Amino acid sequence: MMGVVPVVTLRPVEATPAMLAAAVRNVVGEAVVRTGKIKLDIPPLVENGNTVPMTVSVSSPMTPDDFVRSIHVFNEKNPQPNVGNYYLGPRAGRAQISTRIRLADSQKVVAIARLSDGSFWSATADVVVTLAACTDEVI
Amino acid sequence: MASALINVPRKAKRGEIIEIKTLMSHIMETGYRHTSTGEVVPRDIITSFSCRYNGTEIFRADLFPAIAANPFITFFTVATESGKFDFEWIGDRGFTETASASITVE
Repeated sequence: MMGVVPVVTLRPVEATPAMLAAAVRNVVGEAVVRTGKIKLDIPPLVENGNTVPMTVSVSSPMTPDDFVRSIHVFNEKNPQPNVGNYYLGPRAGRAQISTRIRLADSQKVVAIARLSDGSFWSATADVVVTLAACTDEVI
Repeated sequence: MASALINVPRKAKRGEIIEIKTLMSHIMETGYRHTSTGEVVPRDIITSFSCRYNGTEIFRADLFPAIAANPFITFFTVATESGKFDFEWIGDRGFTETASASITVE
């Protein structure tokens, strides 16, 4: 135990379950995903997982030389890891999207931005859901 | 039938960044639910949304079952010229819907 130095390692992708990691790899390939530049606004505690408001914004000048190409949102514990892909361009002026999503359980939500220079940036949020979205309910 | 709600400013100054809000009424059936007899309720979702501004695509989205019913999407664009926004939603079972909105840019 002696000499153990706490090390904070930025592993936004590897630290998550296999399906999520595979979905992220599908988008980013072998590129390094760094944390930062992107902001994921989602309530930390939601009562109803059937409709959870979410806003993703990326700090970018959105000029023809430096803009956000796409934003990809993933989740950890829904039946499928993908939530949505959003394709923008310099004409957007502001790299920000809002939508409403479903969360089947308390879990991590990951947003990744692909910039025009080919770099990838990510943000992660933990959401506690008290009433889960009905993924396997009997109707 | 399905219907869309679109919110686009009627007027904008040239170069202004405007917000576009869209909502399409749709069940977004995930394909993961089942009936009391055990049959899976087949997936029925919108899979794609796009917006064109005077014919040029300015925004596109891929949707998955994790998007809530009645998909609500907002995004931004720079008001460059007067004209028309065309919105299109495409989904399972041959679902297609379109809507449009006009803008005057001064």
